[in-house]
Amino acid sequence: MSDDILIARNLVKTYTQRSGRFGFASTQVKALDDVSINLRAGTTLAVVGESGSGKSTLARCLLQLQPLDSGEVLFDGQDLAKLMPNQLREMRKNLQMVFQDPFASLNPRMRVGEIVGEGLLIHALGNAAERQQKVIAMLKRVGLSEADMQKYPHEFSGGQRQRIGIARALVLNPQVVVCDEPVSALDVSIQAQILMLLKELQQEMALSLIFISHDLRVVRYIADDMVVMYHGKVVEQGKVADIYAQPKHAYTQNLLAAIPGKQAINA
Amino acid sequence: MTDHLTSNQQVHASPLLRLENLTISPKKTPERLLVNDVSFTIQQGKTTCVVGESGSGKSLTALSVMGLLSRQLQLQSGRVLFNDGQHGVIDLCTLDAERLRQLRGDKIAMIFQEPMTSLNPVLTVGYQIGESLTTHLGLKGERLKTKVHSLLEMVGIPPARANSYPDELSGGQRQRVMIAMSIACEPSLLIADEPTTALDVTVQAQILKLLDDLKTRMNMGMLFITHDFGVVADIADDVVVMFRGQIVESGSKQQVLGNPQHPYTKALLACVPDAQGQKVLKPINYAWLQDDVEDEALYE
Repeated sequence: MSDDILIARNLVKTYTQRSGRFGFASTQVKALDDVSINLRAGTTLAVVGESGSGKSTLARCLLQLQPLDSGEVLFDGQDLAKLMPNQLREMRKNLQMVFQDPFASLNPRMRVGEIVGEGLLIHALGNAAERQQKVIAMLKRVGLSEADMQKYPHEFSGGQRQRIGIARALVLNPQVVVCDEPVSALDVSIQAQILMLLKELQQEMALSLIFISHDLRVVRYIADDMVVMYHGKVVEQGKVADIYAQPKHAYTQNLLAAIPGKQAINA
Repeated sequence: MTDHLTSNQQVHASPLLRLENLTISPKKTPERLLVNDVSFTIQQGKTTCVVGESGSGKSLTALSVMGLLSRQLQLQSGRVLFNDGQHGVIDLCTLDAERLRQLRGDKIAMIFQEPMTSLNPVLTVGYQIGESLTTHLGLKGERLKTKVHSLLEMVGIPPARANSYPDELSGGQRQRVMIAMSIACEPSLLIADEPTTALDVTVQAQILKLLDDLKTRMNMGMLFITHDFGVVADIADDVVVMFRGQIVESGSKQQVLGNPQHPYTKALLACVPDAQGQKVLKPINYAWLQDDVEDEALYE
């Protein structure tokens, strides 16, 4: 399939946990158990599941932020897991991430201009003036101003920080962005702003998004395809509209039935 | 005494809890009103949901009912009238610490958002559930044990778990333990401050159902704080919408969700994505909050 931009095949990741008296015993937890997904270019793939289902591990393994036990992640025809570190770094320009907690994911000692511009600096894109122009343009695009470059993260609200996180990811003009619960720490009104911003940016920059979430209402709004994970396994995948209309797996049915206020709000 | 404000006859007619013109501010900056002239009532056996964004004053309102306001804050004015059955209607704001302590955990109980930080990690959950039973009802020994076990059963945890420590339980189980603690003395008022926010959706659905069942079974009034309109739709009888310390709209669930009147309520509802995915989201334009801007500007 030529229009898949990112393909993951048979990913396995096991964590070893100390257990028993004094941690002398150990148990294996399969965080990813033979997970395969594909992301179509220009679309949004949602990964849904409860805490502990392995969805954040999947996000981190796709970007090689954590080593896989086995399996391959194909981007642009290359297996990311087999790349040398310097090749992988080169590749990371195209693969960016937006993190869940906008309070923990921005370095409090760096100015916003430095945070957003750091990727450009690392990849040595353009000279200082060009980098600054790019950072300013990106900040403006996500709804912040040029003056914000000089400020520190603590001077911003949660929603604004998430905008900074998005600017940092997008300034490199990536092709794939993995968003790990980007709106779950935000108020609904701010959440709506960020979701709309992501949708707009996706259109403008032809982004392909992997969107990790536990909120099925948000997923319905933003995603085209979805993957439902349960205990490290993919139990169902397909088009969002199809799965919401006719969930096949019992766990998906459960999950959909648990959406709060399903009937009352739509009435 | 000012404690007994009304005669017995009025007690039967009056609601379980009535907040009157509650106003809270920091002691240092009394002109900054964090809760501004808030009044609403909770009926026996009914759930009142207080909805709002962070900073709207919803948690402060709940804490003031329990008399748990931080020392840096002051109650500028207002009354919290609690209908204590045969003891009459009491203003919780004027009670001394001792009387308040007698009520807390007995007649009025509270469930907090984060179960891990509200449980004591070095005591077994059984001990923690039993604490209020010993304090308020004087239960001890075998009778205490039986009661704790039946409470655990009531919230869906195997009684053998009484000897577990909080870290041995999952998030949902911890919140169930919190609920068991709060209903131990069969309170007439239960205050729940975002009790399901930290939980997964399927667990959230179970906990909401449990709370709703217990409310009906024990005829409790519930003050339920949340920011999620989906949860409101599931559990509320009445709804109070708060914004920047003030109530902007209140009424029955059908009124507020089905036919919202205030522009802020409408705007907030328009921010919630629905499960059908048909909805066009409309973020709130906060510019309207400057007093001179017309309400209609909210929709731009």
